[in-house]
Amino acid sequence: MKIAQKSIKFILIVAVALFTSVNFAAISEKNQDDQNDGGRVNTKEEVEAYILHHIKDSHDFSLFSYTSDEGERKHVGFPLPIILWTSEGLVTFMSSEFHHNDDGHEIVEKGGFKFAKIHSKIYELDKGASEVTFDETHHATNAHKVLDFSITKSVVGVLLIGLLLLFWFSRLARQYKTQKIPTGFARVLEPLVIYVRDEIARPNIGEKHYRRFTGYLLTVFFFIWLLNLAGLTPLGFNVTGQLAVTACLAIFTLVIYSVSGTKGYWMHMIWMPGVPVLIRPVLAIIELAGALLIKPFSLLVRLFANISAGHIVVMSLIAIMFTLKQSLGIVGATGLSLVLSFFITLIEVLVAFLQAYIFTMLSALFIGMAVEDHAEHH
Amino acid sequence: METLLNDFSPGLFAVVTILLLALIALMVKFAWKPILNSLEERESGIENALAAAENARKEMQNLQADNEKLIKEARAERDAMMKEAREIRDKMIADAKEDAKEVTASLIEKAQASIEHEKQSALAEIKKNVAELSIGIAESVIKKELSSKKDQLELVEGLLKDVTLN
Repeated sequence: MKIAQKSIKFILIVAVALFTSVNFAAISEKNQDDQNDGGRVNTKEEVEAYILHHIKDSHDFSLFSYTSDEGERKHVGFPLPIILWTSEGLVTFMSSEFHHNDDGHEIVEKGGFKFAKIHSKIYELDKGASEVTFDETHHATNAHKVLDFSITKSVVGVLLIGLLLLFWFSRLARQYKTQKIPTGFARVLEPLVIYVRDEIARPNIGEKHYRRFTGYLLTVFFFIWLLNLAGLTPLGFNVTGQLAVTACLAIFTLVIYSVSGTKGYWMHMIWMPGVPVLIRPVLAIIELAGALLIKPFSLLVRLFANISAGHIVVMSLIAIMFTLKQSLGIVGATGLSLVLSFFITLIEVLVAFLQAYIFTMLSALFIGMAVEDHAEHH
Repeated sequence: METLLNDFSPGLFAVVTILLLALIALMVKFAWKPILNSLEERESGIENALAAAENARKEMQNLQADNEKLIKEARAERDAMMKEAREIRDKMIADAKEDAKEVTASLIEKAQASIEHEKQSALAEIKKNVAELSIGIAESVIKKELSSKKDQLELVEGLLKDVTLN
């Protein structure tokens, strides 16, 4: 049985490897006629542009690029499907059709529309235009953004981590059917679950209500933590550094604590008892702004800013290799960059946990404030 | 701020919202609910087991105390019985001694009385025998000297009055 499982795993790995290598080959052939230098990063400006490009979402899953012996630039990675909701309906194609172009020069024609990709955003060209024109501030003048439901790199990250979570924790759940104490990797997961339940959910929400919200808090905690950690791998995800993702998480928390808020919670917010009547409307404005805007905004910005900043710092330290090559020499610059980026990456591993903890903890705190019984205070 | 807003992708927001909703629903159904239920079951099981152990310990203590009490009682009873037995034995010995003393005393008394009696009767007999013998002797002696029996008897009695036995 065990041998059979192992051989199945082996066959799967080989199959994936074969598939990807074929895919890589296909991509690299198509990229022979790139107009620019294919994203070589050597100067300070290029480093800056590369970092800013990296922290954005991407429509390709690129792993690395290199220059072959013949001097052509090759990109290794997967194309991802692009799904667009245009003014006249759904259009889908693969991201490989843009040929890694990101400055709007590669025009893709699909379903009677022309599309260009400018700084990781897909623009629909106005009718009759054949190429994108830019004004002085580098804004496209004859194209507009479309609703982009593509399976971007971030979506792939969410899917991967989601499946991983489902796989791990459903296995842990199944183990309890046959044994009281889980074995193997599940034994590592169990204390983490207990930690979130006993250190985050229970003290912040209270013994009476915590059970209802623990599922959400556990999901969010592991989701953020694993995505933060995935961002530190060479795969280069920056999912929790996407405003859309952190906004989504913050709005989930907002909806949960607003919906489950008790009458007392809303009464205290809108018509605060125990203060002069004239002050009450002023307090109501402050309280409402705090609960509906400031709390979720602080959640979404904290996570986004911390993770993005971490990525920028790590990449900047890696870039010392190029930027200080003149003054320190190749060995000195590489060594300095290696040491600094190593230690910063260690700190980032801590930050990955810390931000997941803080987000979950604050969510639990806000929920706890909304569901606690106000009667006992007066 | 403008670049931040420009970077915000409504499409990604929508996709992630849907995926996250699905993930939360699936995780709650297939992972968190069974895991939390099992954890709680296990914790309450451990709590119950601890409480049961505590109860058993208390019961054990009670039993031990009971046992000790029983042993103490039994020991006291044994001591009392021993004491009683000893007393009975002593009393019996004392009684026996008393009885024996009484019996011997009476026996001695009786023996002395009978000895006395025997002595008296023996003395009387001796007296009688001696008298008869003396009379016989005297008779035969006096037969020769005194012809009348009357004179003889007067003589003997006169003689006997002078002679006290012993």
